[in-house]
Amino acid sequence: MQRSLFTATAAAALATACLTAQAGTVTVLTSFPKELTTAYQKAFEAANPGIKIEILNKNTTASVAYVRELPEGQRPDVMWASAPDAFEVLSSFNLLQSAPEVVNKSAPAKIGNYPLNDPKGMYYGQALAGYGISWNTRYLKAHKLAEPREWTDLLKPEYFGHIAISSPSRSGTTQLTVETILQGEGWEKGWAQLLEMMGNAAAVTDRSFAVPDGVNNGQYGIGIVIDFLALAGKYSGYPVDFVYPSMTAVVPANIALIAGAKNPDEAKKFMAYTMSVPGQQLLFEPKIGRLPILPYSMLKAPAGYPVPQDIAKRAKVQFDSQLSGARYPVVISLFDQMVTFRLKELQAATKAIHEATRALKAKPNARGSELLAQARSLAYTPLVGAENVKNPEFLELFRKSRRDVAVSKQLTGLEQMWADKARANYERARDLAEQARGLAK
Amino acid sequence: MQAAALRPGTAGPGPWIAFGLILAFLLLFLILPVGTVIYTAFVNEVGGLTLGHFANFFGQGVFRESFFNSLWVALATTFFASVIAVPLAYLTVRFEFRGALLIQTLGVLPLIMPPFVGAVALQLIFGRSGSVNLLLDDWLGFTIPIMDGLVGVTFVESIHYFPFILLNLVAAMRNIDGAMEESALNLGARGWRLFRRVIFPLAMPGYLAGAALVFVKVFDDLGTPLVMGVTNMLAPQAYLRITSVGVDDPLGYVISVIMIAFSILALWLAARVMKGKDYATLQKGGSALQKRRLTAWESALAYGWIVLILLVTLAPHIGILLMSFAKVWSFSVLPDAYTLEHYVTVFADANHMIGNTLLYCLLAAGLDVVIGTAIAYLILRTQLPARRWLDYLASAALAIPGLVLAIGYLRLFKGVQLPFTETPLVGTWVLIMLAYAVRRLPYALRSCMAALQQVHVSLEEAAQSLGATRLSTIRRVMVPLMAGGILAGFVTSFITAAVELSATLLLASTESQAPMSYGIYLYMQSISGRGPGAALGVLAVVVVGLGTYLSHRFVERSRATVQAKQEG
Repeated sequence: MQRSLFTATAAAALATACLTAQAGTVTVLTSFPKELTTAYQKAFEAANPGIKIEILNKNTTASVAYVRELPEGQRPDVMWASAPDAFEVLSSFNLLQSAPEVVNKSAPAKIGNYPLNDPKGMYYGQALAGYGISWNTRYLKAHKLAEPREWTDLLKPEYFGHIAISSPSRSGTTQLTVETILQGEGWEKGWAQLLEMMGNAAAVTDRSFAVPDGVNNGQYGIGIVIDFLALAGKYSGYPVDFVYPSMTAVVPANIALIAGAKNPDEAKKFMAYTMSVPGQQLLFEPKIGRLPILPYSMLKAPAGYPVPQDIAKRAKVQFDSQLSGARYPVVISLFDQMVTFRLKELQAATKAIHEATRALKAKPNARGSELLAQARSLAYTPLVGAENVKNPEFLELFRKSRRDVAVSKQLTGLEQMWADKARANYERARDLAEQARGLAK
Repeated sequence: MQAAALRPGTAGPGPWIAFGLILAFLLLFLILPVGTVIYTAFVNEVGGLTLGHFANFFGQGVFRESFFNSLWVALATTFFASVIAVPLAYLTVRFEFRGALLIQTLGVLPLIMPPFVGAVALQLIFGRSGSVNLLLDDWLGFTIPIMDGLVGVTFVESIHYFPFILLNLVAAMRNIDGAMEESALNLGARGWRLFRRVIFPLAMPGYLAGAALVFVKVFDDLGTPLVMGVTNMLAPQAYLRITSVGVDDPLGYVISVIMIAFSILALWLAARVMKGKDYATLQKGGSALQKRRLTAWESALAYGWIVLILLVTLAPHIGILLMSFAKVWSFSVLPDAYTLEHYVTVFADANHMIGNTLLYCLLAAGLDVVIGTAIAYLILRTQLPARRWLDYLASAALAIPGLVLAIGYLRLFKGVQLPFTETPLVGTWVLIMLAYAVRRLPYALRSCMAALQQVHVSLEEAAQSLGATRLSTIRRVMVPLMAGGILAGFVTSFITAAVELSATLLLASTESQAPMSYGIYLYMQSISGRGPGAALGVLAVVVVGLGTYLSHRFVERSRATVQAKQEG
């Protein structure tokens, strides 16, 4: 009986499976939350009767794989997401086609020093985002912590075990944050600051959304996040707040036309709409909470809404996207080996250093301070020097295909060395800090 | 096995046809698609064969560490899951127990929980700032870091996967011949000794089936460690390498191959343990294990234990139930205020998702038990060469990340159209359903194998000597006798398919095809979507839980009719 039931259902199923999208449908592949996509879908469909928007929500990895695996003519029409790296990958596989006519001429060419549109003309900035620090007000109050304002605040011992960040190898937005700090402070000092901050981290998460989510529900006190994720929580009534540190960069979220799309002409209409005045006005909605690309003189911004040009002007960093792109693989791999996979050891070292610092402050001891300085230098020095990361041959190695066994061996050997060294350094730093603390008695 | 000895050779072409069909199915929807993706592990940049990537793998300290972490977590979880499941199964099957059916159904609920939702809910209850720790901190001034690191992963996995053992063990215990227990009682075995020496050994096939599943599943599980931020385990390492945007790193696939090999090894070991032992019993349906009464003290103790276990294991469900009614829930023991609007949202735009989930999962689970029963039959009742490989091949699906299978489907079926239509196969939901069937086949298969191991071959021989054909013997004798085990397999496949996400996320090509798991994921991507996401999660639990309860009722009733007929 089961078998006949199965065949009957399967036959019915095949019949319904044949209903596919008709002409006049634009499929938008996106990783954006439902509130944002639904708002645009409704507004666009109302303005353009006859064109239907089909939203296909996938995370960035799945999106890239999906477009790569589909044959031409069956691919979705529009790609719409934050992470610039995903667009770079699609562009490098020739999966994007340029559509310069959709760009709104009223938008500036650059935000601060960052070009709004892809210099090669394959993808375009549709909204802006800045990076900063968000916190749960109840959590900070319960733990009697002050609200942080700057990245350097996060190095303080009182924030130990309260901070969350997503790994830059998983989140394009975190990679930009890390790169901003590295460019603002310089390679060595930037890494020292980053490592010290990560020593205070409670978690390095795999998804970017896990950080604001954890801050919203009070699992973490402080998160390093992209502005709209924090602002959306704040406007939805959660006890969270957000600040742009002075060391920040404002960068675009992008939209692009996919090569071999089913319906390119109507897709372009949708893209143009997202960058038009009514399309940009939607970004101000409380549940969306993003920064527009058009100047505020053309839009009706709510009172007190952050102005991207001002943030960019205030920002101390002149973000160099070429430099960021060139050392991208080194930065994310080094971060994973030194922080993501070695978080436990880094935390232990940092805890010991905090305790020694406190003890030595109460009872100073010259030898102890010396040991402590050694411990700090061991724990918070990047394993790749500033000179090395400028070396084109070294950077080239990370660009080669890992399918080549010899390359892969060299790379895994390097990662292994970083991992071993990081672990040894953290353990040694912990020992030294504990000795230093002992001397303070 | 003795069954094989009794029936040498293969009578007729039937088994061969079944063997061929199943092999073709596995090749087409598992081996080939996965092969197109993970061959990367074995070739170098110009396409030549190489084992160099494996050498690179073993040279990496992070991977050795990950391997031992995964092994440790899998073993510890199997142990704790047994501690939870064995008493539950024993108490509810062996004793007169009010609400036994309810308890068995509630005991399955932990499986109906998309891993990332479960972890979110558990963080709200047991996490760093969860209800339990906030209360502890307020009253006693300390907190329990039970959600941290490997301990946290073990905790969550034990709660999540113990139903595998419970389901299979309950099915197996029900199949034990009451005469065995009576003989043991006559010979003076009582209490603990009776359980340890007679009941438990007789239920061994069911227990091993469940325990092996838990072990392999946890060893390969990706979702839980990822959402808990533990990366030093094998599955997350493979995932992180496979899904780094734009990096085609063969090491990710090397890890997949190693996980597949290790999973097959574990199942092979479980099969070795069973080898040479006979668990079949002759009498069926007539007198099952006797139900006995508990004294007042005993039942107070038993109920206390059960309530405690259910409270802990159902904590994620309590969490999402609260979340689905909560306005804002942040750093507090309970939400600030309650509302019904999330349910309004969900009913307004997610109705079709419920239908989709039911359609895909019922079809997939149906396919699974048909194939599972057939494989069990081929392995235990025929002498076909290489028949065990069907088991190993099907079980390899456990270790394959959903993402890899999905990419394989898109790659392999590119340009293939649905028969008799112009529609491309990759644009339909058929692939989603097949991905569910393939990924959940191992569950159904383990249950069907365990069920058939407990059916004595002489019952079939009796039927055949009375003139029944081979096919009608299977249909009229074997399948009814295996019903409990088949149902356990169906339920496990159905439930776990309903919460599958990784393959769904890649294979869904329009929103109208989306099942509930996809909808929950979508909602949970934004802060204002948590409420509706939780509400949809609650609906999923209710729908799937209801399905499970009804199928239990169905089996209980048919069992009752069989008994009534025999006695009457």
